Amino acid sequence: MGLEDKLPSGVLLSTVEGLAGYMRKSSVWPATFGLACCAIEMMALGSAPKHDISRFGMERFSASPRQADLMIVAGRVSQKMAPVLRQIYDQMTAPKWVISMGACASSGGMFNNYAIVQGVDHIVPVDIYLPGCPPRPEQLMDAIIKLHTLIGDTKLGPNREAIIKEVELAALNAKPTIQMKGLLA
Amino acid sequence: MTSKLDPYASSRETTEGTVFSVTGGDWDSLVSEIGESKEERIIVNMGPQHPSTHGVLRLVLELEGETVTEVRTGIGYLHTGIEKNIEFRNWTQAVTFATRMDYLSPIFNETAYCLAVEKLLGITNDVPERASVIRVMMMELNRISSHMVALGTGALELGAMGPMFFAFRDREIVLDTFEEITGLRMNMAYVRPGGVSQDLPAGMTTKIREVVKNLRKNFDDNAKLLIGNTIWMKRTEGIGYLDLAGCTTLGITGPVLRSAGLPWDLRKMQPYCGYENYEFEVITADTADVYGRFLVRMAELEQSLRIIEQAADKLDKLEGQPVMVADKKIAWPAQLALGADGLGNSLDHIREIMGTSMESLIHHFKLVTEGFRVPAGQAYAAVESPRGELAAHVVSDGGTRPYRVHFREPSFNNLQSTSAMSEGGMVADIIGAVASIDPVMGGVDR
Amino acid sequence: MTQDQTGMFGAAGTGDTSGYGGLVRTAASTGSTERPYGGYFDDVADDLERAYPDFADAITRVVVDRGELTLHIKKSRLLEVAFILRDKLKFEMCMGVSGVHYPDRTGAELVALYPLLSMTKNQRVRLEVATSELDPHIPSLVEVWAGNNWHERETFDMFGIIFDGHPGLTRILMPDDWDGHPQRKDYPLGGIAVEYKGATTPAPSNRRSYR
Repeated sequence: MGLEDKLPSGVLLSTVEGLAGYMRKSSVWPATFGLACCAIEMMALGSAPKHDISRFGMERFSASPRQADLMIVAGRVSQKMAPVLRQIYDQMTAPKWVISMGACASSGGMFNNYAIVQGVDHIVPVDIYLPGCPPRPEQLMDAIIKLHTLIGDTKLGPNREAIIKEVELAALNAKPTIQMKGLLA
Repeated sequence: MTSKLDPYASSRETTEGTVFSVTGGDWDSLVSEIGESKEERIIVNMGPQHPSTHGVLRLVLELEGETVTEVRTGIGYLHTGIEKNIEFRNWTQAVTFATRMDYLSPIFNETAYCLAVEKLLGITNDVPERASVIRVMMMELNRISSHMVALGTGALELGAMGPMFFAFRDREIVLDTFEEITGLRMNMAYVRPGGVSQDLPAGMTTKIREVVKNLRKNFDDNAKLLIGNTIWMKRTEGIGYLDLAGCTTLGITGPVLRSAGLPWDLRKMQPYCGYENYEFEVITADTADVYGRFLVRMAELEQSLRIIEQAADKLDKLEGQPVMVADKKIAWPAQLALGADGLGNSLDHIREIMGTSMESLIHHFKLVTEGFRVPAGQAYAAVESPRGELAAHVVSDGGTRPYRVHFREPSFNNLQSTSAMSEGGMVADIIGAVASIDPVMGGVDR
Repeated sequence: MTQDQTGMFGAAGTGDTSGYGGLVRTAASTGSTERPYGGYFDDVADDLERAYPDFADAITRVVVDRGELTLHIKKSRLLEVAFILRDKLKFEMCMGVSGVHYPDRTGAELVALYPLLSMTKNQRVRLEVATSELDPHIPSLVEVWAGNNWHERETFDMFGIIFDGHPGLTRILMPDDWDGHPQRKDYPLGGIAVEYKGATTPAPSNRRSYR
C-alpha cells in the first residue's frame, strides 16, 4: 500500500542529506515573534480552522527560542525592538531559519522613517522574504512550503562547505542594485 | 564551574543587588548562587517577546514569591512614527497610515480620522446617508472581529485553547465579508474623508444577513465553553479589579469602564455616523473584574449583530445612493470597479474623464496628485472602538497635507492601569488582567 | 502658520511659470470668538468665570470653532484651572495630552492640548497651553488626572516639553538614549532613498510635493 510495497526487494536507497532534510522540514517549530498586523495573520494561519498550520506539524509555536527552529518576523521592527530581535535570534539553536513576513519586515514597508528598521535583514540573515501588507495566511503558507523545499535541499558536510563558499563568492562579486540595468541592459 | 566565568549564566553586582542574566548555560551554578542570597524579592523581566503579553509589551515585575509587589510597564517597542509620517502625505493618503495603527480595528482608526477631517472641512452633514450606514456596518463587523481576537487570545493566555479556534473561525467569516466589500482582509483604507471608497457589491446585504445568522449560531460555542465554567470563573473572578474612581482618573473608557458599572458608550452619548437611529443596548457589568469584562465583550457581540441587521435593512432602502460626498472638489474621484484585470478605475469613469468632461479630468488629476485643501483649524473626533474612546485630533494649516494628527488611542490609557490591577496579586493574574484590558500595541506605540 | 503663505509648490524659487507662484493663502485668525458661543459653551464659560475669579487674567483666548470650545490658558495658571475644571465643573476625564510644534510662532512654539470630557454633563472642552522652545516647561497635570502620566511622557519624548512635577519624566516611545525629539518640525523624517535597478526613489520628506 505504501512506499515499501513498491520497492524491488524492499530496499530503499537515499542520501543522508535527503533523509536529514526530510526530517528537518517535517518538524519545524516556529518561534512566536509576532509584532504587529502580520502577527494577526500568522495567528489566523495557526488557529483558524480554515488555514491550518497543523498540517505541517507547526502549530506548536514555541515561546522559548531555545526550542524553536523558525523565526517568522511578523510585523514592523522598531529601533527599540531591534536589539531584542537579535538577542532572540542568537538564542535560537542551529539549524534555524528566518522568514521575514510582510513588507515592513522585508524592507521597512510603507514606514520609511526614523523609527523603523528598513528591513530585518539588517539584523538577521533572512531565508524567505514574503511581501504583502499583510500577506494572507495562504501566502504565508506558500512561504512556509517554499522554506520546506529549501530545508529539504540543504547540503551537509563537505557539500555544505562548498555551497557556502560558492554563495559567498557570488555575493562578493554581485553587482549592487543601483548598477543593475534590469531590462534596459 | 563557577558562574562568574560562565558567559551564559553570569551575575553582576549593581546598586539594587545582584542581577542574574539567564541566557543559557549552566543552570546549577545559577541556582546555587541564587540560593545563597538572602532576599525573597526577585525582579523578573517579562520581556517584549512573550507569548502572553498581547504583543510587544515589556513588564518588569518585582516579586516576593508568587505575589507581585510592583509592576512597571515598558512600551514603545512598536513605535512606527505614524503621526509624523502622516504629515508628509496628503489628507487621503493619511488614511492608509491611520488604518495600521490599531491593527485589530482598522475601520475605527479610519473613521475617527475621517470624521475629524470632515469636521474641519465642514461637510459632516453632507456625507451621504448610505456612506454613513456602510461605515456603521463595517465598524460593527470590525467590533465583532476585534472582540473575537480579544476573546481567543485572552482565553489562550489563561490556558483555554478551544475558544481560540472558535474565535478565529468566526473571525475568518467576518474577514471574508471584509474582503468581499473592500478587497482586503485587514488594513483596508476603505473609509475616506467624504464617504467610503466604493459601494457594496451587488447582493451584499443578503450575504450579510447570512453572515449574521451564522455568527449568531457560532457565538454559542464559545459561550457554552466559558460562561459558567468553574475553572474559567476561578481564574477570572475578582482578578484585575479596577473600580469607577480608578477608571475615571486614569482616563479609561470602553469595556473596562463599562465593567465597573458606568454605561458610558459614545455611540449613545455623543452619536456619530447616524448611530442615534439604531436600536441597541449598552452592556455593563458591576463586578469590575476580568470576568465582568469578558461578559461585557460577549454581550456586545450580540448588540453588534443587531446593529448590522438594522444597517442591512437601511442599505436595502438606500439602494443606488452615492457613497461619496457630492462636492467634486473633495470627493475621491475614481469609482472603483472590478474589471477584467482586477480592481481599478471603472470604465465608465474613464470614459467620462477622457471623453466627455474636462472638469472631471481636471478634478481627478488635481485630487489624486495634490489632494484637496482643508481650511485651517483643529478638530477632535471620537468614536467608540472595541477598546474604548478612539479619537483623532487633527490640526490643519490650510494646506493639502495634515499639519499634525494625534490619535488618542484607548489602549494607551487602558494599559496604564496594569499596575493598579496587578499589584498585590499573583503573577498568574497579571496575564488575565492584561488580557482583559485587551491592549493592541500598535495603537499604544503608534 | 501665523503668516500668509504664498506659492503653490513645495520647491520655492524655481523657474515655475505656471502662475501658481502668485497664490496667496491667508493664515488662520488669532482672535477670540465673541459671545454668545452657542450650545453649552456659554454655560461652561460662565461656570468657570464664577468658580475662578481670575478667569480674564488666566485665559487668554476662547475659541469656538467647528463645534468645539478651546480655552487658551497661561501655563502658570494651568494647575489651578485644571483643579477647578475637575472639581467644580465636573470634567472628570482628561483624554490625554497632544503636542503640536509651530516653529513660526516665536515665543509660543510648543503647544500642549488637553481634551477634557465631562461624563456627568456630557460635555467636551479643550485646554491649550503654549510655551517657548527656549523655556519648554509646563506644569504637570498628573495629580489632577492620573491618566496623563504616560501622555506627558510621550509629549516630552516627541516634542521636548518638560512637565514640571511629573513623577518620572522619561522617554517612553523611543529608546531611552535617543537624541532629539522626533515629532518636532525641524526633526527629519529620517527615511532612506529606496534603491531600484539604476534609480532611486527619495524618501517621503525629500520628494517634491505640494505644500
